[in-house]
Amino acid sequence: MIKVLYFAWVRERIGVPYEMLETQSGTVMELVEELKQKEERYKVAFSDLSALKVAVDQELCEFDTELNGALEVAFFPPMTGG
Amino acid sequence: MRVSVQLDDFDIGQELDLFRNGKSNTGAIVSFQGIVRNNSENSLLNMDIEQYPGMTQKAISKYVMTAVERWSLNDALVIHRHGKLFPGDQIMMVATAAMHRHDAFQSAEFLMDYLKSRAPFWKKEITKKGYHWVESVLDDEKALERW
Repeated sequence: MIKVLYFAWVRERIGVPYEMLETQSGTVMELVEELKQKEERYKVAFSDLSALKVAVDQELCEFDTELNGALEVAFFPPMTGG
Repeated sequence: MRVSVQLDDFDIGQELDLFRNGKSNTGAIVSFQGIVRNNSENSLLNMDIEQYPGMTQKAISKYVMTAVERWSLNDALVIHRHGKLFPGDQIMMVATAAMHRHDAFQSAEFLMDYLKSRAPFWKKEITKKGYHWVESVLDDEKALERW
């Protein structure tokens, strides 16, 4: 099981702050494709990956990063702190 | 060093007094205070700052440790609020303590640049017309290149 989290407008488009998934995906990209197949709302949220960032186990990474037993994957727009 | 991600407001004067305490080898403290700014139409009702519990604290701590090592700081402090904030409210503060002012200024700027676009916070602006998520600015991303 992997915990998938969504923040800011990604959370609003998908409709939940997080969910637990059973997945065979090997990389972040494969997980994104798997989610997009599930339902329209994922397709909408993931329609432009250049507008999104991803963190695996709370470290910023790229979409080709391997999941490799990761516990947590998070999708969010570019950060706007400070 | 201390990093706090919190809902509550803070007293910057008190924080800086505490921060200065017992630092006899410090010759310079630089501090920065970030404030919720109204938009150009003055229509901002409030701001909602979302964080990634767990990651936000960790990410900030990583940049603070980098700054402490790179500029040989004696200490560093970051307080960043989340939740509902109103125009004029404090969002965050950074303070750095060094032997000399150059290191204190540089490290404070470095921390601000990194917090802007690398710390997991997202700002939502609620105005009289509705709400929108604040978009990241290319200049903020470019600011990282000088480090």
